[in-house]
Amino acid sequence: MIGLSVAGLFYFNGKILGISNILSELLNPRWHDKDWRLTFVLGLLSGGALLLFLYPPALSHESPRALGILILGGLLVGYGASLGRGCTSGHGICGITRLSPRSLIATAVFMSTGMITVYVTNHLLGWAAG
Amino acid sequence: MRYVTLFLCGLLFALGLGVSGMTNPEKIIAFLDVTGDWDPSLLFVMGGAVGVNMLFYRLTLKRPRPALETSFVIPSLRKINTRLISGAALFGVGWGLTGYCPGPVVVSSVTGWPSVLAFIAAMLAGMLLFQKLQGEEPRPAGGSEK
Repeated sequence: MIGLSVAGLFYFNGKILGISNILSELLNPRWHDKDWRLTFVLGLLSGGALLLFLYPPALSHESPRALGILILGGLLVGYGASLGRGCTSGHGICGITRLSPRSLIATAVFMSTGMITVYVTNHLLGWAAG
Repeated sequence: MRYVTLFLCGLLFALGLGVSGMTNPEKIIAFLDVTGDWDPSLLFVMGGAVGVNMLFYRLTLKRPRPALETSFVIPSLRKINTRLISGAALFGVGWGLTGYCPGPVVVSSVTGWPSVLAFIAAMLAGMLLFQKLQGEEPRPAGGSEK
């Protein structure tokens, strides 16, 4: 389904999907072309609402982390995705599909730092594994 | 019509994330926990998405243009620089700390949970902070890299 969605976006609309790009450009007052991004986000939210009705287990788990950590993590994700120009969808799925060297490296890097982070939190600090 | 496909692709993407467990941050953390009780299933989710997409991507590129627009927008950046590496590194730390990344967390926002909303607010703040501090990299013609 994820693959089909991304493929459909490219087939019909010629766009390479990247959620972090969509979000950050919606925040930017200067750039145009917000309408397609807003439409896609509305689709995402509607999909979320549909999940609540059709498949509630998908949205039944909160992050096990404390609020302060969530805020810190959110800042890192937002800033990092902007600086590295991409996130799990853009680099991880679309970039690897296109065999983009930038995306292959970005994905390897964020997977690695993510794994190191979880090693530190779960095994060195002993936070609940969730 | 192009808005209909955009909307439906967004909807399908959200359903795909939900059904495959990407909207469960505990599952993400378990996927990243390679030295503990590792849950590799997200590897198959990503592999499946990439596989399906790769097939259609190749076929679509044989067309002169997308079905509903005048041209394809394909990232043209090729340089591997410190921005890319450090950005991805920071992103990974945030991802590992919380189990959230931008797509799934937007989908999860329909729950209205304070934890999800706090993460989103912080993420958007991080993006705004970047725009304030760094300005824009020169954007080569042909679209943005994402």
